Amino acid sequence: MTTPGTLRHALTNWRVVTGGVLLLVLLVAAVFAAALSPYDPLDQDLAAQLAPPDWHFGRDAHALGTDSLGRDVLSRLIYGSRVALTVAFVAGILTAVAGTLLGLAAGFFGGWIDALISRAVDIWSSFPPVLLSIILVALIGTGLWSVVAAIVLIDWTRFCRVIRAETLKQRRLDYVDAAVVAGLRPRAILWREIVPNVLPLALVLLTLEMGLAVVIEAILSFVGLSISSDAPSWGGMIAEGREVVHQAPWVLIGAMLVLLATVLGFNVLGDGLKQELDPVLR
Amino acid sequence: MSGAALDITNLSVAIRRGPTLLHGVSLHVAPGEVHGLVGMSGAGKSMVGRCLLGILPARVGITGGSIRFAGQELVGLNERDRRRAGAQLALIPQDPLSALNPSRRIVSQMTDVMRLRLGLTQSEATARALAMLHEVHIRDPEGVLHRYPHELSGGMRQRVLIATAFACEPKLIVADEPTTALDVTVQKQILRLIRDLQRSHQTSLLFVTHDLGVVAKICNSVTVLNAGRVVEQAPVAEMFAAPKDPYTQALFAATPRYDQPGGVVA
Repeated sequence: MTTPGTLRHALTNWRVVTGGVLLLVLLVAAVFAAALSPYDPLDQDLAAQLAPPDWHFGRDAHALGTDSLGRDVLSRLIYGSRVALTVAFVAGILTAVAGTLLGLAAGFFGGWIDALISRAVDIWSSFPPVLLSIILVALIGTGLWSVVAAIVLIDWTRFCRVIRAETLKQRRLDYVDAAVVAGLRPRAILWREIVPNVLPLALVLLTLEMGLAVVIEAILSFVGLSISSDAPSWGGMIAEGREVVHQAPWVLIGAMLVLLATVLGFNVLGDGLKQELDPVLR
Repeated sequence: MSGAALDITNLSVAIRRGPTLLHGVSLHVAPGEVHGLVGMSGAGKSMVGRCLLGILPARVGITGGSIRFAGQELVGLNERDRRRAGAQLALIPQDPLSALNPSRRIVSQMTDVMRLRLGLTQSEATARALAMLHEVHIRDPEGVLHRYPHELSGGMRQRVLIATAFACEPKLIVADEPTTALDVTVQKQILRLIRDLQRSHQTSLLFVTHDLGVVAKICNSVTVLNAGRVVEQAPVAEMFAAPKDPYTQALFAATPRYDQPGGVVA
């Protein structure tokens, strides 16, 4: 269903465009962080602690102010996007692959495979996700890759459940019967007939999952379980900003707005893709 | 290419730990014959076709009887032999909307089966698909090949499915209410198309329908099914002249007669 026509049509959808532009800005910030940031995000300027936003673009101006150690907020926000996007893409894609494969297997083969996977999903989802992620990171140690591992281990059930249901639905449609009559082997039916029809849904889930991964990373760095606290991350900045919110609200507000825009971007893009990829809604 | 005989004897089908759907159904389709399978909704007529093609729904199984087709017993075959035996069988499904994969182009769906069953290369199979589309009188066959199912009308999709069914020269085709989902004018064209192709390819046809008018137009012989049991079996002319079983008589009485205004609609 991913024809050039679909792509061209998708670019007329305001949701796809809004989400796409937001994420593109973020992506550019992450890739060219070194060139874009006015300061080194780790440089402390103890003479300019909690300096307010200053739009005079001078040599020493801090456009979005500084934090309690005199570090430039704008630069830290820009570098923070690297953490956020790394987690979004790596954790999002790994989660999607794991959950989708398990969901396909459960939905298509049924029987004991389905029973095994579905019960695992049931047990897994009975734990509160944030609590589970904190326990997981506490067990495997802090750091960016622990956060990624925690997100994959928690959120594969989201994909698994939805993809399993969709596979079950597709498997009962007449075109699958037609493929059986045509003599296709079960594995060929799964990959050639069913997977192309399940993929659009997985793509939509993936965008939503990326937004979620950004939030989970922010939560974990807020409580100090992600990357080390002096490295710039949005969650960490919110945590620091909370302590000085009465003197210097810009530290908190900047990080929250960027986080908000990112998650909004992913969600709006996901909604738009859902509309574009579903032939019934289109 | 000529059709092969199908002999179903005493076929019983049941839902696992549930009710029986077919009670000892027997029927015979001679080579090159069109055999109608008639009954009301739920009579089990589609189940007969599904047994033959090996696409019974989950938890439904054959509990007894035999299906002999082209000299081979189909009941009790393992999956692999079953696939091989199926090379001589094809299906024209009821709903052309859901019988084509929405995310694949027509050409790849048509050529899959030809490459598999006839061992053709992709380009040979594409040429054959095009020839078959010409044979079903579809408008713009070259264009249709490269379109997606949602870009075609219901009638065109049914033509594609008919072309696919005949493409591998099967000995027997199960047509499962192939005209039910289409409007009346298209129904008539599709019916004529199936009959013409059946004659020119000399294929046997098991035609499942609830429409006695369709039976009269296309079938040589007919089996009437009620609640999973055969109630009457006869050549078409004979049955239409004098239906013997009370259920068959009731079926005829329930069919509107357009040649007699104000005729009975029971």
